[in-house]
Amino acid sequence: MVKVASTFGRSGTHDYVLLRASAVILATYLLFLVSFLVATPNLTFEVWTGLFGNLWMKVYTLLALTGLLVHGWIGIWQVLTDYVKNSLGRGVLQFIVSVALIVYWLVGLFVLWGV
Amino acid sequence: MKKITFSVYRYNPDVDAKPRMQDYTLEMEENQDMMVLEALIKLKEQDPSLAFRRSCREGVCGSDGFNMNGKNGLGCITSVSSLKSNKIVVRPLPGLPVIRDLIVDMEQFYHQYERVKPYLINDSKTPPAREHLQSPEERAKLDGLYECILCACCSTSCPSFWWNPDKFVGPAGLLHAYRFLADSRDTATEQRLDELDDAFSVFRCHGIMNCVNVCPKGLNPTKAIGHIKSMLLSRAV
Ligand code: SF4
Ligand code: SF4
Repeated sequence: MVKVASTFGRSGTHDYVLLRASAVILATYLLFLVSFLVATPNLTFEVWTGLFGNLWMKVYTLLALTGLLVHGWIGIWQVLTDYVKNSLGRGVLQFIVSVALIVYWLVGLFVLWGV
Repeated sequence: MKKITFSVYRYNPDVDAKPRMQDYTLEMEENQDMMVLEALIKLKEQDPSLAFRRSCREGVCGSDGFNMNGKNGLGCITSVSSLKSNKIVVRPLPGLPVIRDLIVDMEQFYHQYERVKPYLINDSKTPPAREHLQSPEERAKLDGLYECILCACCSTSCPSFWWNPDKFVGPAGLLHAYRFLADSRDTATEQRLDELDDAFSVFRCHGIMNCVNVCPKGLNPTKAIGHIKSMLLSRAV
């Protein structure tokens, strides 16, 4: 069996399920945001903060950000293991991407907190 | 008479610094057709240094897999007319190391085949006196799987196999893996699945379906891989 430490989940199947599940969350979130924007021609600061003031919207957004973290982590790892054959180079790139994903998640958390 | 140009990949590591394409012309009657393998044999009469593998010359042994005008296939059952061009480019199967001209080193391909334990494992305590019987329905599950001739046309057309030939089993190996997972007489299902449940062996298949597109036996590795994924998933939930 191929063993590679940098997988996200416990096994290949686990990674696969996480990737698909996070994709579904991200897709519904995107659809929701787009329909909200289409249905709200007069978008003001009040409307926007009102939306994100709802508890369910905070939870949903946090869920989407977590989905982004998981999806990006596994997805980028897959792309890098395909195309970057130098392990040091791949490690550095994976590190940068992972740090960026964690930063997005944390920034998102604090922004939501402040609304 | 019509003239067909063959542009053939040539590389002899003993003398060539790098590979090159060499042009040959072959004259054919206006309504004549022939298989690419036959044409290559005629080119070898012109130039005996040209090297390629072939054996049965009728699509059974799987020795003469080439990349012809960009698509993998067996030279012996691909007719010149089916390529619909007066210029035919013949290259070795992509992604594998070239030993010489059209001959590739199949080591990585066979290694992945070996990894899936392509033989029946049955450790039941009471073996039947004569043979393991199968119902016609159980036997039918093996159709579309056992016919593979290991020509490597599929795996060498698969980008996932190009990038990770040491870790991704590839369509041919996975077709065989499923052939034994689906066999009612095999008792090693769990061990087989355990050995495939990493991020590369099966899950590097992204369903691009190049394998299905080229298989000279008309087999469908993507479908078999889908079945393996579902077996892994239903075991996990
Ligand atoms: S379907 Fe899977 S195995 Fe077949 S060519 Fe695509 S990635 Fe490769
Ligand atoms: S599945 Fe088809 S293309 Fe692949 S090795 Fe077997 S016969 Fe050849």
